Amino acid sequence: MDWPYWGDVMSDSGPPPRLSPRDFSVQPAALSPAYRSSRLRAPERKLVALPGQLGDLTGPAFGHDLPGAADHDLIHNFAAAGASALGPRIIVHGTLRDESGRPVPDALIEVWQANAGGRYRHKNDAYLAPLDPNFGGCGRVITGADGSYSFLTVVPGPYPWPNGGNDWRPAHIHFSVFGTAFAQRLITQMYFEGDPHIALCPIVNAIPDKGAIDRLTARLDMGRTVPMDMRAYRFDIVLRGPDATMFENGTGG
Amino acid sequence: MSDRLIESASQTAGPYVHIGCLPSWAGIDGIYPEDLGATIAGPGARGERITLKGRIFDGAGEPLRDSMVELWQADAAGLYQSPGEYRGAADPDFRGWGRAATDADTGLYRFDTILPGAVRSGGVTHAPHVALWIVARGINLGLHTRAYFAGLPENAADPVLTLPELAGRVDTLLAVRDGGTWTFDIHLQGGRETVFFDV
Ligand SMILES: [Fe+2]
Repeated sequence: MDWPYWGDVMSDSGPPPRLSPRDFSVQPAALSPAYRSSRLRAPERKLVALPGQLGDLTGPAFGHDLPGAADHDLIHNFAAAGASALGPRIIVHGTLRDESGRPVPDALIEVWQANAGGRYRHKNDAYLAPLDPNFGGCGRVITGADGSYSFLTVVPGPYPWPNGGNDWRPAHIHFSVFGTAFAQRLITQMYFEGDPHIALCPIVNAIPDKGAIDRLTARLDMGRTVPMDMRAYRFDIVLRGPDATMFENGTGG
Repeated sequence: MSDRLIESASQTAGPYVHIGCLPSWAGIDGIYPEDLGATIAGPGARGERITLKGRIFDGAGEPLRDSMVELWQADAAGLYQSPGEYRGAADPDFRGWGRAATDADTGLYRFDTILPGAVRSGGVTHAPHVALWIVARGINLGLHTRAYFAGLPENAADPVLTLPELAGRVDTLLAVRDGGTWTFDIHLQGGRETVFFDV
């Protein structure tokens, strides 16, 4: 079967388990005035609770044959033959789990980022730093059976952005993550341990919880460093998971 | 459970979400063969072909020109193409998931798909609808909403459209038909603010 992931908390013929209610105390507020773009784009009315709908507990699946051989390698996947992207070479790796602690296998993770100078390959980015002809800035992977993922890239540069003042983004990598349920869908950003811009960033500070910010901060992982080649950063990701009561009752009701 | 983990915090997709999710749209060719989510219904998919399009307006009435929308829906028989579908096998030529950028000039998003069937699950019948998920610069946590189809008889008894707390706001969830095209505009703020869900 294609459905071992939380198969032991559901019957073969039953609906997928409900998810735990979302804990908004660890999520950014929709309106965070210091992040000016949110002022006109944050809904003003309360979200309407709509838990347990089959359409939100299902979602698209992506196979291991989706990513091409170089999709996980941002150092080379846009580079000319024999060339590579400029910047400090790193491995980014971690494990995708749900709130119950279970690894989420076979899940699509897409990443995008600025180059080592802080410039995006996008027509709307006019930052002074030059494009790197050998860096496209996107990659994707499918998690393994143990929820693990890894990709190769260069450390992105911090960059200034128009927010009404002198604002600089901390170095970051954008992540788009799928679970098995559309309600698990997540887009977030990974930051780098020790970056003083993290504490100054209005986008980061839309998150009201210090621990939640810390969990978006990747740690240098010397154990995965490749000597004389590249350093490694570890970034674990957690998606929403089945309601804890499901494990005690063994049924979704 | 003490060993329960905490969901990772969301962060905005930013203005350059296309690089990661729709790179060909962003002009980055040669890494992936094509952008994901372009084909919701294959050529052999059963059902009535429709186009769903619309714009997403901010609080100043300006359409978002830098956002991304994802769509998730059932097939013409009301079945999802998903490992979690337990009621039967969905149409093999129907994927049900799509992804689109809002146009950089007009702000229009567009999905070519089929009219979904009603979803019968747990003893309840849900009127035909598509789920939409919106991410963009200025949106810190992706927004979930639903587009229903104005005029379908199933709407009258739909368990969501008849929620008491949606009184006076149901119109914001109704796509409007013009031939084979259904228009579903989304308002992030103001008197016509679209209903967004905590799913
Ligand atoms: Fe960014």
